[in-house]
Amino acid sequence: MTTNVFLDEKFIGTIDHPKEFLRSFIEERRKQKISTMVNASYDSEFDEINILTATGRVRRPLIIVENGQSLLTEEIVKKLESKDLRWQDLVEQGVLEYLDANEEENTLIALNGKDLTKEHTHLEIDPIAILGLTTSLVPYANFGQSSRLNRGSKTQKQALGLYASNYLLRMDTDISVLQYPQRPIVKTFMHDLSKYDKHPCGQNITIALLSYDGYNIEDGLIVNEGSVQRGFGRSFYFRPYNADELRYQGGLIDEIGIPDKEVKAYRSEEDYKLLDDDGIVYPEAKLKENDVIIGKTSPPRFLGEMEEFSIAANTRRESSVAIKHGERGVVDLVIITENGEGNKLIQIRLRDMRIPEPGDKFASRYGQKGVIGRILPQADLPFTASGIVPDLIFSPHSIPSRMTVSHLIEVIGGKVGALGGRYIDGTTFSAEAEKDLRSELLSLGFRENGTERMYNGITGEEMPAMIYVGNMYYLKLKHMVANKMHARASGKIQLLTRQPIEGRSAGGGLRLGEMEKDCLVAHGASLLLKERFDSDKTIVYVCENCGTVAIFDWVKKRASCPKCGVNAEVNAVEMSYAFKLLLDELRSLNIYPKINLKSKY
Amino acid sequence: MIEEIAKQYEGKIPAPLIQKVIDESKGRKLTKAQIEKVFTKLQEKYDYSKIQSGEAIGIVTAESFGEPGTQMTLRTFHFAGVAEVNVTLGLPRLIEIFDARKEPSTPLMTIFLNKPYNKDEKYLEKIIAQIKEIRVNEILSEISINILKLQVEFVFNKKRFKELGLNEEETIKCIKDTFKTLDYAESDNRHYLIPKNKEGGLPALYNIKQKLKEVKVKGLSGIQEVIPKMDNNEIVLLASGSNLKDVFKIPEVDFTRTVSNDLFEVSKNLGIEAARQMIIQEASKVLREQGLDVDIRHIMFISDLMTNIGEIKGITRSGIAEGKESVLARASFETPIKHLINASLKGEVDYLNSVVENVMINQPIPLGTGLPSLVTKNKEKESKK
Repeated sequence: MTTNVFLDEKFIGTIDHPKEFLRSFIEERRKQKISTMVNASYDSEFDEINILTATGRVRRPLIIVENGQSLLTEEIVKKLESKDLRWQDLVEQGVLEYLDANEEENTLIALNGKDLTKEHTHLEIDPIAILGLTTSLVPYANFGQSSRLNRGSKTQKQALGLYASNYLLRMDTDISVLQYPQRPIVKTFMHDLSKYDKHPCGQNITIALLSYDGYNIEDGLIVNEGSVQRGFGRSFYFRPYNADELRYQGGLIDEIGIPDKEVKAYRSEEDYKLLDDDGIVYPEAKLKENDVIIGKTSPPRFLGEMEEFSIAANTRRESSVAIKHGERGVVDLVIITENGEGNKLIQIRLRDMRIPEPGDKFASRYGQKGVIGRILPQADLPFTASGIVPDLIFSPHSIPSRMTVSHLIEVIGGKVGALGGRYIDGTTFSAEAEKDLRSELLSLGFRENGTERMYNGITGEEMPAMIYVGNMYYLKLKHMVANKMHARASGKIQLLTRQPIEGRSAGGGLRLGEMEKDCLVAHGASLLLKERFDSDKTIVYVCENCGTVAIFDWVKKRASCPKCGVNAEVNAVEMSYAFKLLLDELRSLNIYPKINLKSKY
Repeated sequence: MIEEIAKQYEGKIPAPLIQKVIDESKGRKLTKAQIEKVFTKLQEKYDYSKIQSGEAIGIVTAESFGEPGTQMTLRTFHFAGVAEVNVTLGLPRLIEIFDARKEPSTPLMTIFLNKPYNKDEKYLEKIIAQIKEIRVNEILSEISINILKLQVEFVFNKKRFKELGLNEEETIKCIKDTFKTLDYAESDNRHYLIPKNKEGGLPALYNIKQKLKEVKVKGLSGIQEVIPKMDNNEIVLLASGSNLKDVFKIPEVDFTRTVSNDLFEVSKNLGIEAARQMIIQEASKVLREQGLDVDIRHIMFISDLMTNIGEIKGITRSGIAEGKESVLARASFETPIKHLINASLKGEVDYLNSVVENVMINQPIPLGTGLPSLVTKNKEKESKK
């Protein structure tokens, strides 16, 4: 039996003893005779050896184990601590090596040093190395369910924080900055490593696990109005607007400035009042939707020969930039510059302060996300015996089915940290023990299980149950109602079908779709259904003789059929415009759809 | 006494309900007035629970399937092992049933046996041997093409013959019958199939070789596996593969109870009523297995709709949608242009009697509140005429 050998997926030859070949290959690599960037693996299923040197493979470092002994000895660790050795030295000395996904298949990797046996080939540098960067930012992850850990690390990516320290100079689209970010009390070693305190993404708040008046059912959250006024979850939302002076054929150019009154589609003097003389809005101007922020005119669209003599044709078009539908804010920054082609470019950054409101999304770091259901005045919220009022009330129903035990541990951890004035290490697999936290909580004068006696804020009654209260790191997520809320009564319609247009940004309608229609049909609500679909109803005049659409002359108040003449009997029929359009389209297909009229009664 | 009163309600209330009342009333010593009260109340309740005119049963049925269907998609391609026979269940099977696919992805027969055979295991081996299909491929130890002599050569595996209870002569006869146009030769356990006059060359030989492998030696064609199972104290055979026609010919088989999950085969061999019942059974089996509670009446309604013209029609554009009366309704469900053009060629008239058309032209749909209309005499119009 010979084994095929592939170098970067190209066949290069065969060998007789694949395992021995692989062993000597790896040995040579550890001795630096072969580049440490090369990985080799044996696929026993297909009986082939794959040697990979290409770029783009994900590789990770592991400690080499020989005869059940880690090569990273105490001696080396000491040298590392005294900085006599560096990481690269360990790779060069064959203490560490990088494996790719293929080579990992041939190994047996121990998670902890104490688990090592003779069979093991490698040892993890630290158990947390099995997790990625954002995932290792979740404290006490080894106490939770794995799918929740996934969601937890996903929500952290959506959290608002200080995304870049030079955000004041940047023109990012659709970005938010949290106003008072804090570093978490319960942290992991990855928070230190990634300098999380330089770009924190959340706030430490007091939470109570409690149902209160039903406003936190189904992942709702009740938030303390006092906390909101003190700055909890307050953020700035930035959005850039820009306009450039485009050049057109024939030397024509857009012009930025307050448009003349002769310009086509001129708005009104009132609309341009926010603009300075240069046609650009002044900084710190308060803006609401449809306010003009950059005045601009464009040359007429079609410049024909004849139009040179016409007075009306030479007027320019209005093409100002206005605030989008449903947005508001303050002009934060105005930049006048030029674009890549050398044309004048105006960039304006809109700033909007977002104070938490019902509908904004918040989450803890364990996939426990929720939406604010109500903001209650501080006076109406429950308080503990020592007078503590929670910033947020989290529903206890969110816990059992999701099994986010780490969420509960953080509450105790955060409480101990806040009371003891220190940070709690919650690094996955090597965190401070829950038992120690409990005894510390007891020594700080609180009940060791984290519960406290609470009183109803509205009635002042003592609550019969003990309430779990503590501190947690909470994240404000980028999904805010202000960016999503939408409703309309009547509004813009499409030119072709006369049905409402689609989309929030265009001020469109909300579609009552096919399945929603089915619901009305199922209920037999026939007339309601007709009314709902009335948005495009029209009156069509139909000739009773030939069944085609007739003409109604509004001046003579007389109907006539183009085919059968003036004397034909013509009747008015109500139908949806879309159906009339269908009939027109059928006619264009050379199909003659004839409408036979009959009295309804 | 009660029977007399019950007689009055015959035809108005289903017989099982009446029987239930009679059974319950036994030993309760009810007066005549009381019995009458029970029946009036029953009649009232029964009439109330009947579907009223103008009820959108089609949509309600569709929604009753659609809503649990969305939950099923999350658990799709679920295979439940029934005694080592893998059966497609869940959404794929439901789609298969309602689309009326010609062949199910896992055809399966449940074969019941007649009286003495369904209790004793000693008959089993013989019956199974009659049912399970054995092909030449399974009894060969060698098969090859001789390029020089242009012939197919094969050697039997004698051990398999004994295991499967086959007769070599019969097997060879079987092969000879299949390849009547070819010459057959035999010499010390090697068998040869030789095309006359070396017709066709190598490609023909290859085809012969492939065809030879598939030749049926024994059993019923299409049955790959037969597994006995104990069910309610009797032996039931589960066969993967469906061949009702031939199974019915085996005397040991109780053809009054034997079924297949292949709807078309049931329809062909047992009639359309059986197929209707099969659709109901199979669909409710899938739903029950998924833990979904859909009322049997919905399934019966769909089943009726699929079979009411005497053959199985799927809920597809070539199935029941094709049979709709209205052009516009047909056009609104897949391939609109085809329907519109065909309708215009025939000069079809759409009387706008159904729901979809009226939604399209924005008129009240003839259902629920849209159904009743005011009848008045329009004097003006009449005098005009």
